[in-house]
Amino acid sequence: MTTVPPETDTITLTVDGTLVSARQGDTLLEVLREHGVAVPTLCDLDGVSDVGACRLCLVEVADRPRPQAACVTAAAEGMAVRTDTERLRSLRRTTVELLLAERNHVCAVCVADGNCELQDLAAATGVDHVSQEYLYPAGLAVDLSHPRFGVDHNRCVLCTRCVRVCDEVEGAHTWDVAGRGAESRVITDMATPWGESPTCTSCGKCVDACPTGALFLRGTTVGEAVRHPERLAYLGAARRERRWLLDLVAGPPAAADGGAAGAPGGAAEETPDRKESKP
Amino acid sequence: MTDGAERRRPRLATVWLGGCSGCHMSLLDLDERLLDLARAADVVFSPVADAKVFPEDVDVTLVEGAVANADHLALIRTVRARTKVLVSLGDCAVTGNVTALRNLVPLDRVLRTSYVERATAGRGVPDAPGVVPPLLPRVEPLHRVVPVDVYLPGCPPSAERIWEALLALLEGHRPAADGGAVPRFG
Repeated sequence: MTTVPPETDTITLTVDGTLVSARQGDTLLEVLREHGVAVPTLCDLDGVSDVGACRLCLVEVADRPRPQAACVTAAAEGMAVRTDTERLRSLRRTTVELLLAERNHVCAVCVADGNCELQDLAAATGVDHVSQEYLYPAGLAVDLSHPRFGVDHNRCVLCTRCVRVCDEVEGAHTWDVAGRGAESRVITDMATPWGESPTCTSCGKCVDACPTGALFLRGTTVGEAVRHPERLAYLGAARRERRWLLDLVAGPPAAADGGAAGAPGGAAEETPDRKESKP
Repeated sequence: MTDGAERRRPRLATVWLGGCSGCHMSLLDLDERLLDLARAADVVFSPVADAKVFPEDVDVTLVEGAVANADHLALIRTVRARTKVLVSLGDCAVTGNVTALRNLVPLDRVLRTSYVERATAGRGVPDAPGVVPPLLPRVEPLHRVVPVDVYLPGCPPSAERIWEALLALLEGHRPAADGGAVPRFG
């Protein structure tokens, strides 16, 4: 057996009664994950900094009176951590209930229904109803000014993943938080419409980062599922009247510049550029 | 059970308040298990049974829908008083869901928009005392109005989830929170 030289930065702590080793500088959440101990998280996102915003990863640390957010608590030598006490389960349930009660999360008609981390968390923490009173805040905006993305503040849980990924990964810092307490809102630039943002690169990282239906790709909502049956009538009429064939066969000789462009089914004739170039 | 005494068949009721009836559709999705259910319990009140008055001494009542109008409020209070185990069935009963979307708008505004401004015929807010129940100022989930014993969220809860719960409830147990399908909203 080879002897592993002792690493000076290795520490030992206790998690739910079991001794585990970790590296100096690890957060408790990193240690828990490395050892397969599951704690619920929401604001945490791989690749961006930790902020301890959601308070779902709370754990109990011996000799500390209040529970600590594991994602922003440094692991330390000799620390005794508990992750699954009745007190913690109760706190997590209450946190999820408060998140659900604060804004208008109507899962059945949400773009994220079935793909929502808040929905998953409710199931995972045993929240089968919300005992707090729903606030039903009125007038929360839905901004559809961006051509590709939308933001629905009714679904936002203020995890700030969008803010961090935009700042730390994309480097644009389009997103930030304005207001205080229940009035807090994620904003683009100086609370200008997203579509008018001069800093947004339209990269979509914020949409990928969002755990709920607050940020979404446009075109994915039920209201945007517009069908165009009139196109079928157009196609039917075009086929009956042999519109395309006539265009191709009887088109001006100038258009037959090379075989590919004139091939049946080629769409080049329909592009604006080609049309403009015609005499 | 002792002395070979026949145990009384449990009395089951289902109630439809402010919801789309989708939860009852999910209940009907029990398909052939409905025959097992008919053997296991007496269905004493339901939108699919011909009973006008909610009876006394009901063992289990499944309630679909939120409390949205005066009739719902009166009925759910009667249901609570006459039921041993009250089950909040589906997201409207559990959270308010789509039925409660109108809570974002004042009630008079809701009525004016629906029956006057957007009406294409017969403009006017319905006013037929004793016929059309007045809407409550705010739609509430069941547990904000009466104590609820069991929650089955989902829009709708699956037939499997309903069946699991019914099997336990008709045997006099609470449905296991960790058994089978995990309850979830939506």
